[in-house]
Amino acid sequence: MAPKKVVLRFSADISDQPMIYKLVKDYNLVINILKANVNPQMEGTMVMDISGENIEAGIEYLRSVGVGVQSLTEEIIQNEDKCVSCGSCTAICPSGALFIERPDMIVRFDSDRCVVCHLCLKACPMRAMEVRF
Amino acid sequence: MATERTFREINERIKQGKAVVITAEELVTLVKEKGVSYATSEVDVVTTGTFGPMCSSGAFLNLGHSKPRIKMQKVWLNGVPAYSGIAAVDAYIGATEVREDDPLNSDYPGEFRYGGGHVIQDLVAGKKVNLRTTGYGTDCYPRREFEAQITLDDINEAILFNPRNAYQNYSCAVNPSSKTIHTYMGVLKSNMQNAHYSTSGQLSPLLKDPWFKTIGIGTRIFLGGSVGYVAWNGTQHFPSFMKDESGQDLSPAGATLSVIGDLKKMSPRWLAGASMLGYGASLSVGLGIPIPILNEDVCRFAAAGDDELFAPIIDYSQAFPERESGNLGHVSYAELKSGTIKINGREVTTAPMSSYPRAREIAGLLKTWIQKGEFLLGEPVELLPDANAGINANALQG
Repeated sequence: MAPKKVVLRFSADISDQPMIYKLVKDYNLVINILKANVNPQMEGTMVMDISGENIEAGIEYLRSVGVGVQSLTEEIIQNEDKCVSCGSCTAICPSGALFIERPDMIVRFDSDRCVVCHLCLKACPMRAMEVRF
Repeated sequence: MATERTFREINERIKQGKAVVITAEELVTLVKEKGVSYATSEVDVVTTGTFGPMCSSGAFLNLGHSKPRIKMQKVWLNGVPAYSGIAAVDAYIGATEVREDDPLNSDYPGEFRYGGGHVIQDLVAGKKVNLRTTGYGTDCYPRREFEAQITLDDINEAILFNPRNAYQNYSCAVNPSSKTIHTYMGVLKSNMQNAHYSTSGQLSPLLKDPWFKTIGIGTRIFLGGSVGYVAWNGTQHFPSFMKDESGQDLSPAGATLSVIGDLKKMSPRWLAGASMLGYGASLSVGLGIPIPILNEDVCRFAAAGDDELFAPIIDYSQAFPERESGNLGHVSYAELKSGTIKINGREVTTAPMSSYPRAREIAGLLKTWIQKGEFLLGEPVELLPDANAGINANALQG
């Protein structure tokens, strides 16, 4: 089953619980955390890829303990009219989604590898990387 | 006998459709396979290209006279100030100028979303641009304010005149410090996690004629998608050679060109506004130069490959801003283009700032124009100063 990208929101009272551990141990899911943040009020957000047979059951469990779960609808696109294939984004992209295809040196974007970190949006001198909802 | 040709002879062959034109990339391969003498005897012209941010760019505009007349003291195009300290309705829009309300780096790193380079791109794209101007009123120019939407077709002349373009060679920028820095060489991550470079290497015009044996005032070039000319040497024209550890010439260094052309004939594909995060606005310029293969010497230099051309590795967290001399070594364009280089034994990811695919496209377009007889070579009225001219950089004191 293809991995599903989700955004989790934790309130302060549950952000100290080992829920990711449960997803792995009890639901046999493969978790890849793309982004995680806990603010000073102890509220947490997390973006992750989930894959495995029991995704729905795992998400049901998260909701039952009070975690807000939304699928990630935001995606990054490469506006090919604006991109000049300079390559200056490629060493900035942390996941290898933006890369140079050799030997032609053309800049390619593999959205499956994109972790929606937004670093490319401003690093691109042509502002060719765009957010789409 | 070694082959010798003149500009005139080559132009005759171009007119007859007989000229043999190849790109610098193709020449590199040809010379590696068949040698300099063979390549010189076979090839008339070699085309080069580069496409990257070139801050020292801008356009002179004659905006035309309103009724009644105004002596434009201040001029804004889409909110970006243009220099108007010249005649009544003349202005110069510079690539790096930004709107007066731009937050700059007050919210660091600033985005510099729209500047003079973007105005130029909008103009060549045929878009409407807001012109606002004020004057102080004179007997012959009484009007004090004027505002209108203009397009490139509405104004008299638009002359792209870039005082410093086509840098011969450029640093490979790294950041050994512990925090990310935002430079005109892009975002450089801490602890030397990336290295950025910015020439098209074996396709780069001035790396292919390092002794200025063919390029000079009047050389006809590809500029912004149309025809332009070399007007002069560029500012900060320091045509020297970097030395290796044994003192031998390693690679050409700091020559530049000042170029001119008719903006009205250019295209937004080859003049593109750029926003350098935390640094400023700029203009990416497409530029290509045909090199006539006059003799074997010219051919030998034009055939230098990425493995024979080197860039110095410069620390942009300390050495560059503090203007300290020295570098972290040299690296070939072949290594830079491979995606990783070694600095002090450590692997560092590389990324270019200038577009190699666009550079290749320019060299290809120029080749086609010459093959079709649409583009003749411009014989320089005067060649540019070379490494023997003894030009040294002055520094501001104080």
